[in-house]
Amino acid sequence: MSILIDKDTKVIVQGLTGKTGSFHTNQALEYFGTQMVAGTHPKKAGTNWTADSGKELPIYANAADAKDATGANASVIYVPPAGAAAAIEEAIDAEIPLIICITEGVPVLDMVRVKAKLDKSNSRLIGPNCPGVLTPEQCKIGIMPGKIFSKGSVGVVSRSGTLTYEAVYQTTVAGLGQTSAVGIGGDPVKGTEFIDMLEMFLADDETEQIIMIGEIGGSAEEEAAQFLIDEAKKGRKKPMVGFIAGRTAPKGRTMGHAGAIVSGGQGDAESKIAAMEAAGIRVSPSPARLGTTMVEVLKG
Amino acid sequence: MNIHEYQAKAVLKSYGAPVADGVPILTLDDVQKAVDTLPGPLWVVKSQIHAGGRGKGKFIEAAAGEKGGVRLAFSKDEVMEHAKAMLGHHLVTAQTSAEGKQVNRLYVEDGADIDRELYLSMLVDRATGQIAFVASTEGGMDIEEVAHETPEKILTLPVGGGVDAEAAGKLCDALKLEGQARADGMELFPTLYKAFTEKDMSMLEINPLIVMENGHLRVLDAKVSFDGNALFRHPDIMDLRDTTEEDEKEIEASEWDLAYIALDGTIGCMVNGAGLAMATMDIIKLYGEEPANFCDVGGGANAEKVAAAFKIIMKDPNVKGILVNIFGGIMKCDVIAEGVIQAVKETNLAVPLVVRLEGTNVDKGKAILADSGMNIIPADDLDDAAQKIVAAVKA
Repeated sequence: MSILIDKDTKVIVQGLTGKTGSFHTNQALEYFGTQMVAGTHPKKAGTNWTADSGKELPIYANAADAKDATGANASVIYVPPAGAAAAIEEAIDAEIPLIICITEGVPVLDMVRVKAKLDKSNSRLIGPNCPGVLTPEQCKIGIMPGKIFSKGSVGVVSRSGTLTYEAVYQTTVAGLGQTSAVGIGGDPVKGTEFIDMLEMFLADDETEQIIMIGEIGGSAEEEAAQFLIDEAKKGRKKPMVGFIAGRTAPKGRTMGHAGAIVSGGQGDAESKIAAMEAAGIRVSPSPARLGTTMVEVLKG
Repeated sequence: MNIHEYQAKAVLKSYGAPVADGVPILTLDDVQKAVDTLPGPLWVVKSQIHAGGRGKGKFIEAAAGEKGGVRLAFSKDEVMEHAKAMLGHHLVTAQTSAEGKQVNRLYVEDGADIDRELYLSMLVDRATGQIAFVASTEGGMDIEEVAHETPEKILTLPVGGGVDAEAAGKLCDALKLEGQARADGMELFPTLYKAFTEKDMSMLEINPLIVMENGHLRVLDAKVSFDGNALFRHPDIMDLRDTTEEDEKEIEASEWDLAYIALDGTIGCMVNGAGLAMATMDIIKLYGEEPANFCDVGGGANAEKVAAAFKIIMKDPNVKGILVNIFGGIMKCDVIAEGVIQAVKETNLAVPLVVRLEGTNVDKGKAILADSGMNIIPADDLDDAAQKIVAAVKA
């Protein structure tokens, strides 16, 4: 098993005809034949996009048309920042179950608007500003390098893109491999937080261990830790390793203090590490020892 | 992006928020206009720098006198005296470095008779994904201290679709507003919401918001930050940028679309991805040294961009060694390697350089570095890289 995506996932690409969308769609097609089925472009409907392999994907005017024609159940968005929120809203309106937005630099108030709409829908959004989701040897959506993955037992969830790669690569080297890896993205307002992914990894039979990588700011790690404590009381628990980036980041880069107040003392690295350790997560002081720390945890 | 207090007040005033009359001072020639325009009998002369705590700050230069960065004047002559004392001098506050910030602009404002000082701010609350107000009767204070000591005196109110009468009423209650002040508040809160959303603000802090002796509300201080990702649709706000407030290296980095933040340590860092960049800083500290900067070259960097990042890092005279840490997903390691070699040549690099490459085309990248004949220390992983650069800098 895996979470979110597998070999049966059919993916449309919003922003396929751009440079980034084209490059990563080729990469996805080359990754164990990920089912990339169509693209969208408001003015290029009826044309085809040709992959490096010669494979042709039809272009539809919008996400709804593409979904109706192909039976797609996921969409990946490579639309530039100014139009990214509208692309997400288009996918929500098309009732696409899984929407993954890679775009970096989406205005935060656009995401506030998207989030309100998302909460009233049945769609799940991963991102924006994220590397996507990958299930080894089955499906790759987004920009993660496929080569560092191996099929295995660790579920990886991370707010940081490149630190996701570290965790994946290190668990590959350690011989553990991954069930799925999810980059939830680093923006303040995003579609999916840690808790939902942890819930899925806890429920997934093949996921035997979990690595969770957080960052300073906000209180999502603290909330995730509380969730894990509550679930452990119900007997749901898996070995976990964690890391928090930003222990040494400078404070006060913003002018006021408003951000610090809402979090009520939460949000710094120490608070997050303490909360995660209290939930039974072994927090590695070094981002280079995620794989070896997991091996140590398993040895007991 | 941050702007000055006087600019923030002008933006709020354009939406109809109650702000005192004031005149910005860029040179001493502007002072006469200020005192002629503003009736007195009380003027407030305020240093305009992108940092808080100005009132309790202290100037480095003796000529600026003992007073802080916000001064009261009871005569027109006194306005000029204060302007002369502050303009061009360096103000140190709790939010600046020990070197302080040069005061290049002042703001002269009508004085106000203050009855009560309140705290009000707006921001995007991560937890709810909504815009939220933060309100407290404890204005004019260090609000972080209030949050820590007496959290019950702070109301955080997420407002989903806007500020309706119920939400405005809750804020009035939290600020204990009565009579005229309450009527002003019922108008002010939706006004601020409109300004916040239309201008893509990321933070708006009014500390203090005051109740004057005549019962009216007034915005006495204002700090506004804008979402950098939304500036493309606000050219009017872009025009308010004051680059003299920013680090020269950070400005150059922004021209290359690099995320660079200058820090106080000795090891320059060049990394792809914000999380990995922070983690690289953390691991340098873990092995006993301090990072000289945060530098994220992003996912799509080419050789020119890598070389530009290198040069910006080398402009910091405190840099005694450089650590390059790239996990190439989209970026190809051979491209990075070529950029590094180009930069080493162009900058005549004289400090130790450790390079850790991983990801796409890693073997090609490592071979390019090894064959360059340059003194580049290769590293296998991030632990190895951090240990090597710390050892090299200490040697």
